[in-house]
Amino acid sequence: MIVELGHFALILALMVALVQSTLPLWGAHRGDARLMALAGPAALLQMGLVGVSFAALTWAFVVSDFSLAVVVSNSHTLKPMLYKVSGVWGNHEGSLLLWVLILAVYGAAVAAFGGNLPTRLKARVLAVQGMIGVAFLLFLLLTSNPFWRLALPPLDGQDLNPLLQDPGLALHPPFLYLGYVGLSMAFSFAVAALIEGRVDAAWGRWVRPWTLAAWVFLTIGIALGSWWAYYELGWGGFWFWDPVENASFMPWLLAIALLHSAIVVEKRESLKAWTILLAIMAFGFSLIGTFIVRSGVITSVHAFANDPDRGVFILMILGFFTGGSLILFALRAGAMEARGVFALVSRESALVANNVLLAVATFVVFIGTIWPLVGTMLLGRDLSVGEPFFNAAFSPFVVALALILPPGAMLAWKRGDIGRSLRGLIPVMVLAVALGALAFAMQTGRTALGPIGLMLGAWVGFGALADLWARTGREQGGARFARLGRLPRADWGKATAHFGLGVTIFAVSAMLAWKIEDIRIVQEGESFPLGAYEVRLDKVEDVQGPNYTSTMGWMTVTRDGEVVAVLNPEKRIYPVAQMPTTEAAIDYGFLRDVYLVLGDRQQSGGWAVRSYIEPFANWLWAGCILMALGGLLSLSDRRYRVAAGARKVPAGVPAE
Amino acid sequence: MTAFPKRRWANCPPYILALFLAVTPAWAVQPDEILADRTLESRAREISRDIRCPTCQGESIDDSNAPISRDLRLIIRERLVAGDTDAEVFDYIVARYGEGVLFNPPAEGANLVLWLAGPALFLVGSALALAAGRRRTAPEVALSAEEETRLKEILKE
Repeated sequence: MIVELGHFALILALMVALVQSTLPLWGAHRGDARLMALAGPAALLQMGLVGVSFAALTWAFVVSDFSLAVVVSNSHTLKPMLYKVSGVWGNHEGSLLLWVLILAVYGAAVAAFGGNLPTRLKARVLAVQGMIGVAFLLFLLLTSNPFWRLALPPLDGQDLNPLLQDPGLALHPPFLYLGYVGLSMAFSFAVAALIEGRVDAAWGRWVRPWTLAAWVFLTIGIALGSWWAYYELGWGGFWFWDPVENASFMPWLLAIALLHSAIVVEKRESLKAWTILLAIMAFGFSLIGTFIVRSGVITSVHAFANDPDRGVFILMILGFFTGGSLILFALRAGAMEARGVFALVSRESALVANNVLLAVATFVVFIGTIWPLVGTMLLGRDLSVGEPFFNAAFSPFVVALALILPPGAMLAWKRGDIGRSLRGLIPVMVLAVALGALAFAMQTGRTALGPIGLMLGAWVGFGALADLWARTGREQGGARFARLGRLPRADWGKATAHFGLGVTIFAVSAMLAWKIEDIRIVQEGESFPLGAYEVRLDKVEDVQGPNYTSTMGWMTVTRDGEVVAVLNPEKRIYPVAQMPTTEAAIDYGFLRDVYLVLGDRQQSGGWAVRSYIEPFANWLWAGCILMALGGLLSLSDRRYRVAAGARKVPAGVPAE
Repeated sequence: MTAFPKRRWANCPPYILALFLAVTPAWAVQPDEILADRTLESRAREISRDIRCPTCQGESIDDSNAPISRDLRLIIRERLVAGDTDAEVFDYIVARYGEGVLFNPPAEGANLVLWLAGPALFLVGSALALAAGRRRTAPEVALSAEEETRLKEILKE
């Protein structure tokens, strides 16, 4: 009964979305206030209905209702409760329902908090948001209905893929979706502005918080996925340039570009058409991401639930929204008169350079991702593109971006002085080069990647701090510290996010360059050296877990005779899913992680053991957290609350 | 949406899986594969990172657990021990498993499009941005002689 209620609510939500996407749009065209006023309540109602539907599906998972096909293939009575709940979105149908729910929540947030938006713009934004809702609700109901009943329910389910039974991964999809779908807001605002034929500073101020929020969620989502891969897949890799990872990376890159170009719209009323185009592209890439994941056209290690019919449907959605909006763009972009003029050397130009580099970097990821598809379909060749290509073709643009970031961020608006920016950065430059040289001297005969990464990371990171310091004015001493505290949150957000980028750049290169690996056969009781450490395999025992059996090793890590950690790497077998997994044991540290993996028992006796020292691994996650925190700080800036109407724009988390 | 499971086991028929569990599951680089010669071994690792596992698509043979990846890793080491250069090893593998196993498509023929697309777009994008910038700054250019004198007059007043 509850399940049918959920199903029914979903169908009703489709009807409501149809109303939301048509009548307000007509009303805005005719200037009919009553029709425009429909948009808000419709958006709220749609959220309520999809919410009911989502709750019903969650309930079915919690009580293990095996008359539902989705529950049977993704759950099991013995599974821990956390994973019963996360199993709701650990599959195609449920994850799409979550997608639609988040879409509806964003729409409802505009309806609830967008009181200060001009009525016409609000009606149009909500109508566009409603159209996306119609498309995805149709997709859900026609091709991927989670409420499909089985005539003969089995006694128990087939369990969720054991690799997915993990706290990090339980939260990974919701965050990514909050990000992907959050970009739909920027898209809806862009299309609404195209229909109105008007973009001004106020528009930039409305779009930016939504993009910022979406970007923060994407950052957290991607970092969670990367962290999961790091500790779960058993060899400390954190990024694979896999099509599905790229699918989330491309919108992330474009969201950064959009964030920065929207600043120019907001402050200088320039780059309007380009910003609109970016908003369309960013959401377009979210849809392409959904297409790549859901269709399985590009083979990926992530491919799990895919189906060509669904792919075609998403391709149609993608064609309709990006195609339609691009046509609209072509017709209306001319109306977007730029007001602010700027010199070749100016903050605006620096942000244009940022945008060009980010757009090109995104394009490189895109072409690398679809190239195997081009190979099969157009060239008749079987081609692969992997890490070596991306390292060679993508990295240069990131390096260029990192190089121009500190001086660019300090240039004045309208007309800047590059010499002055650079003079302010001389201490940073000296520090960065010194650190790089020091690292180069300390490492002997290793790749130059580590020192270069350190230099670049320090340049960006300390450059961000220098920028913040420069904003405190020209007086001496204490007064500047006092002013530091009074700087707007946006300044702090900018510095924090840029500093986080520096940390991330350094950590990535450190992990790639300075990783220590050891693979060997170890007898119980035997020790072996690992970098500055000594590792002893004390014993290996079988242990019973809640829904798995485990072969667990006890390993003691010592340094100069002092015990650093006792770690328990495991090999697990999940009998229901008939799947083995490896659980690495990690001693997290400030400067390094000790990462141990237990392999197989050898016929000659002893165990295969793989051990790694992962330098600065925690800095990578810290860098991502700092970037996200920077975004949140910017979101909490006063001007979004004051200038855009007191308390009206949500100060951060529009979706909860 | 990212980071869904490695397909290691997903596409295996159950009987193969059973075989795996009964015998030792193959593991990315096993201790018994490692060559005593450290230079050769590190060359072998470098090469394996650029070869895709033919049965599992998204993984390099260096990370993959598939039996065929183990075979390929052993072949690479065999060839290196026999004195092949890195290029010869790649050719040897491509001749047997097709160019689809190369993670790093060589920049020649149609693949040039892949390699040059980014730099080309960068040049076009920069040119467009510069052109747009010129246009934008154009109205600001110098005052005419007349305006100049008029300005001086005003300033004098």
